[in-house]
Amino acid sequence: MKRPKVKKWTEPKTIKDYPMGSTCDSDHLTSINAGWRTFRPVINYDKCVNCLRCFLVCPDGVIDKSGEKLEIDYDYCKGCGVCEYECRPRAIDMVKEEK
Amino acid sequence: MNQKLNARTITNKELFYGHKACGGCGEALAVRLAMKVLGERTFASLPAGCMSAVSFIYPNMAFTSNAIITPFASTGAVAAGVAAGLKALGIEDTHSVGFAGDGGTADIGLQALSGAIDRNDDIIYFCNDNEAYMNTGIQKSGLTPYGTRTTTSPAGENLPGSITMKKNMFEIVAAHGIAYAATASIGYLEDFMKKVQKAKDIKGTSYIHVFAPCPTGWGHESNIAVSLAKQAVDCGLWYLAEYENGEFTLNKNPKEFSSVEDYLKVQGRFKHLEDRDIEIIKNHRDTKWKKMRRDWVR
Ligand SMILES: Cc1ncc(C[n+]2csc(CCOP(=O)(O)OP(=O)(O)O)c2C)c(N)n1
Ligand code: SF4
Ligand code: SF4
Ligand code: SF4
Ligand SMILES: [Mg+2]
Repeated sequence: MKRPKVKKWTEPKTIKDYPMGSTCDSDHLTSINAGWRTFRPVINYDKCVNCLRCFLVCPDGVIDKSGEKLEIDYDYCKGCGVCEYECRPRAIDMVKEEK
Repeated sequence: MNQKLNARTITNKELFYGHKACGGCGEALAVRLAMKVLGERTFASLPAGCMSAVSFIYPNMAFTSNAIITPFASTGAVAAGVAAGLKALGIEDTHSVGFAGDGGTADIGLQALSGAIDRNDDIIYFCNDNEAYMNTGIQKSGLTPYGTRTTTSPAGENLPGSITMKKNMFEIVAAHGIAYAATASIGYLEDFMKKVQKAKDIKGTSYIHVFAPCPTGWGHESNIAVSLAKQAVDCGLWYLAEYENGEFTLNKNPKEFSSVEDYLKVQGRFKHLEDRDIEIIKNHRDTKWKKMRRDWVR
């Protein structure tokens, strides 16, 4: 999976541990978004024609096209369903998340 | 020199990732794809608004390149300052970009943008138009269309929601004689990316006004965000156009419009509209298109 990864973050203990000014590193993710999801998009590879429409339209960019098959980064997918709605061959199913 | 930009040709690398925008956020998609076209050597300036609020949540940072939050009114000025700084330091092959909302552009940020265009500063300015001040809870802006229910333009017995039409922001920008300006929609993503590439290649100020649905503020299902943005263009309530070398061009000129009612009825913000309000909306659309077809089609 070629997607930015969540980083380990420990809350600074004293004021000295905070960076100067209101700056922080870019590409610095300290929490994931998976908990936002009610439904999880699942790609049915038998139906997928690899048109990459889902990769293009995902507002969160969580569909990775670098591998042989498309891969969804479930750490950051919010389950919005745009990919499923836009997939013409209906190769994506929105499956209810179990607690 | 440019290859066609589409899902296959654009980079797999994400430069705007892990943000906390609502699911199905149209602005987030616009920023994501714009960043892909512009590349890693991009310096982004974002005023107060949803896109800064969802990506700079300390210690989270969703941009993988340099980015800064500007005072609300100052996107154009800060982006211009960044461009001047890069030049002074001799840092080449970079882009200074502003990503502001409709409120941040058409209302409070208008003078800073106007100044940047007047100086022809080398920046690319994006107006992410979700037709209201969303980050503070859906207030009417100068780009909120007629008949929209917002918290400051409530709908009821006396008023149909907002009673003003959208400001002609694209024409206001063009009237400066800007190097390049375009309108776009997240419903037509290849067209949008092509325009970002054009803006990237042009020296001087460029402006891209991108129509971007907001499931939370518009009251629609998150999964239709992209299709709704396409519908807006197809029913004539938004349009795709460019201004270049002093000339306007209408990029898409449909023979027939799709149904305005179908576009309005899936959105909570328009649920209250009566037939007479929809007539006002259609008449305004027809007047605008008559002018555009007369003057912008060659
Ligand atoms: C000078 C100033 N006035 C008001 C605010 C409060 N404020 C923050 S974001 C925002 C709304 C932004 O709306 P818009 O520009 O349309 O962007 P959106 O959130 O819709 O993406 C407002 C009013 C502020 N931060 N600074
Ligand atoms: S949109 Fe559907 S068919 Fe196209 S690549 Fe995605 S899953 Fe496959
Ligand atoms: S459900 Fe939404 S966030 Fe998840 S992959 Fe599909 S478009 Fe992306
Ligand atoms: S309120 Fe609207 S614009 Fe703001 S993050 Fe949510 S969907 Fe996006
Ligand atoms: Mg807005």
